[in-house]
Amino acid sequence: MIENYSVPSSVAEAAQLLQQGDATIVAGGTDLTPQTEAGARTFASHLVNIQRIEEMRGISTSDGRFRIGGLTTVTEILESKILAEEIPVLVEAADHFASPQIRNAATLAGNLCNASPAGDMCIPLLLLDAEVELASWVDGSVAIRSVPLAEFFTGPGKTVLQAGELLVAVEFRQPAKGFTASFQKSGPRPALEISTVSMGLAAVLQDGLLTGVRIAIGAVAPTPLRATATESTLEGRALDENMISSAVQSVQQEVSPIDDVRASAWYRKHLTGVYIRRALSHVAGN
Amino acid sequence: MSLEIEIGFTLNGRPVKVRVPPTMTAVSMLREKFDLTGGKLACGEGECGACTVKIDNRTINSCLMFAVDCDGREVQTIEGLGSVKGLEIMQQAFVEHGAIQCGYCMPGMIMQARYVVDQNAGNEHKVTRDDIARGLEGNVCRCSGYTKVVDAVAAVVLEEAST
Repeated sequence: MIENYSVPSSVAEAAQLLQQGDATIVAGGTDLTPQTEAGARTFASHLVNIQRIEEMRGISTSDGRFRIGGLTTVTEILESKILAEEIPVLVEAADHFASPQIRNAATLAGNLCNASPAGDMCIPLLLLDAEVELASWVDGSVAIRSVPLAEFFTGPGKTVLQAGELLVAVEFRQPAKGFTASFQKSGPRPALEISTVSMGLAAVLQDGLLTGVRIAIGAVAPTPLRATATESTLEGRALDENMISSAVQSVQQEVSPIDDVRASAWYRKHLTGVYIRRALSHVAGN
Repeated sequence: MSLEIEIGFTLNGRPVKVRVPPTMTAVSMLREKFDLTGGKLACGEGECGACTVKIDNRTINSCLMFAVDCDGREVQTIEGLGSVKGLEIMQQAFVEHGAIQCGYCMPGMIMQARYVVDQNAGNEHKVTRDDIARGLEGNVCRCSGYTKVVDAVAAVVLEEAST
């Protein structure tokens, strides 16, 4: 049962409150509400509403790095002119996210901390080698640690986030010239779909050779997956039909999907192959 | 006694104050504390849009929002869309096009339709029927009466573009 309710207005204030322990953080509420209603999660004794922390909102760039505040909504990512121009793959993923009403409330930090293997925003951010900035209160001041997003997820609904830590922002470097990326997601209907499989692929194609290959796949493993073995298979190679066929084989070995209500493991594996073929064709076309 | 929090916000243009439990949802507060029963609690998961209200110029599922987070914000429900003098243009269009079957989803559907048209107002891109359908993809009508809904919204787009 909730005994305390707080509305901090800065990261420092929030970190101090969270350091006291036994707290549930609420932001957009779009995952927390259905999870608590269904009994999948219970509230701690202290409810901390972080929605009034202005420093955690907005999209900015400096010194070739992008920074997206944790409380930035999916709609704000979708409507961002700078992201549409520089990082369209993030905008594409935002466009496939739930429904307009949920996008208006759901925050980036919430989508990452919920750590669903099917989380839509995880995929493009994995392609970008994004890092998450975690704040906590240590010895009288805010301590920040940065964790690569690829190391952030540890299992379904699980992350390296410690009690008392707050995900304040996501950062990534401006991609290299020639960077091209795609995002694909499947489900039986276009809106409000939890992905059956989602895939992002990014690379730079120069003189017919692929470099900087990144492959991220959703809903095929306990966490959003970086397919690093398949990335290595493709790295520095020419993109031809043989290469594409070996990428299909490699990626299908790399995923470990399950059978569930949305699809069979067999179908997810099949779809993974279809998607990598399409993604590589997209890169070849650019 | 269990914890209650006092909050204050603007509700359909008027300042209000209310005490709510910290985990109460916005839809329950609107229905139980203010008798604003236009917005419905149907799925409770953000899947159906029957609880759609506007908070600070963005529509949200009020079944997913914590009531305490309304503090300091501007909240508009379907009851605040028209006035005692008459229906708002979107409501009138739904009536004229017969875009109603059982009516249960309509308050949320109209709030979202109004938002979709407002969001696109002033854009060079003309709003198409596909844009309208996409804008309403978070609103479910279980009578499945979508065609007349899109007709009604398209009529408002045309009417407002010509004024």
